Amino acid sequence: MSSQEKLRVDGIVKRFGNNEVLKGVSMAANAGDVISIIGSSGSGKSTWLRCMNLLERPHEGSIAINGERLALRRDRDGTLTAADPKALERFRAKLSMVFQHFNLWSHMTVSENVVEAPMQVLGLSKPEALERAEHYLNRVGVWHRKEFYPAHLSGGEAQRVAIARALAMEPDVMLFDEPTSALDPELVGEVLRVMRDLASEGRTMVVVTHEMGFAREVSNRVVFLHQGRIEEQGDPRVVLSTPTSERLQQFLSGSLK
Amino acid sequence: MLHGFLPTLLDGTLTTLGVAGASLVIAVLLGLVGAAAKLSRVPVIRWLASTYTTVVRGVPDLVLMLLIFFGGQIGINAAAAALGYEGYVDINPFVAGVATIGFIFGAYLTETFRGALMAIPAGQREAGLAFGMSPMRVFLRITFPQMVRLAIPGFTNNWLVLVKSTAIVSVIGLTDMMHSAGLAAGATREPFTFYLAAAAIYLAITSISLLALGALEKRVTVGLRRAA
Repeated sequence: MSSQEKLRVDGIVKRFGNNEVLKGVSMAANAGDVISIIGSSGSGKSTWLRCMNLLERPHEGSIAINGERLALRRDRDGTLTAADPKALERFRAKLSMVFQHFNLWSHMTVSENVVEAPMQVLGLSKPEALERAEHYLNRVGVWHRKEFYPAHLSGGEAQRVAIARALAMEPDVMLFDEPTSALDPELVGEVLRVMRDLASEGRTMVVVTHEMGFAREVSNRVVFLHQGRIEEQGDPRVVLSTPTSERLQQFLSGSLK
Repeated sequence: MLHGFLPTLLDGTLTTLGVAGASLVIAVLLGLVGAAAKLSRVPVIRWLASTYTTVVRGVPDLVLMLLIFFGGQIGINAAAAALGYEGYVDINPFVAGVATIGFIFGAYLTETFRGALMAIPAGQREAGLAFGMSPMRVFLRITFPQMVRLAIPGFTNNWLVLVKSTAIVSVIGLTDMMHSAGLAAGATREPFTFYLAAAAIYLAITSISLLALGALEKRVTVGLRRAA
């Protein structure tokens, strides 16, 4: 283990019924890594990401943050779950997630959304949390919307608020689950710009994405998942321009359309 | 006014409000437990909750009231006798009325709360968990407030029906408003006057409730309504 290692997932296996969607996939993210996970729908990439913070319970595998492995136990249904729920909460607090459908809490204003987890989970005081909220909402350019409810935001604004909410936890690693897939095409750019800025700040990010431009230009590693296995991975400029596997060649020619 | 029966009627109104309020507390608690049970991962718990709502919603309130009042009386006295108690135990009609109505409306609120919980997108809960909130905290901070606002229309409906259902407690000897109106009607031979007065009082209670719950709904759904 390198001292810089932030997140490691090993040998994740996940089944839905008899269908094995993940067949033992592993990955390690070092500090400052921006890893893009690509693959066609049904390749298991979102499921894999959701296994990383145990929103989805894998059948096999292990996860570790900052070199510290989360103790797992087997549940009666055969899946793995945290041995200690408190340890899982501490683990998740270091891994913020940005969701495809934003999942902003609809009964809270923008600023309430951002202060909620820092106050409830990290125990920040209200003034401290508000200071963080102001900082990060400004950072993503939506501070002027702080009194709005999520229903009154555009998709791009909502996703930027969701990113600010994730940033306010000051996490070790940020997980992005197709953050631009639910957006109108003209709103994708504003979210990608924010993510590009975060990457250039040296944040550690794992991004499930369909945006090949982002994967190529922003990430320093791309992982191509196919039928629950890593088919190919490496430097995006190499992997995406001269793919060796036939599957990736097919996938890339399809995504250029 | 009302041949001097107004104070009696108002006394009865207080009893009606007391029965309604106390029943509501029980019904809400049973409704929350019932909704949680219906959404439980354990089949036996789901089955118990389904039996409860099916039976209670399928039997007339009046029949249930009489069954619980008289059946409870027999049961408690049999139990007391078995324990060697010589006397006769009387069930307080207020307690019996509140227990019955709470039990009945717990079943209706179970369905109201269950529907509201199911209407909350899974992502709301997941976002809380993903940031390290405990399931309890997610319930208190996210699920519960969202459930409340989704449940208000159904809750309002149930409350109105509950208030009116309290009229049946008069059959087990509780001097609620309906009972007082009946006494006054008999004594004065002016049934129309007194039942009209009773109707007006029920309507006043339900109208005030509608206003209050409407204001509450407006308050808690503020983030749901899209700006025009």
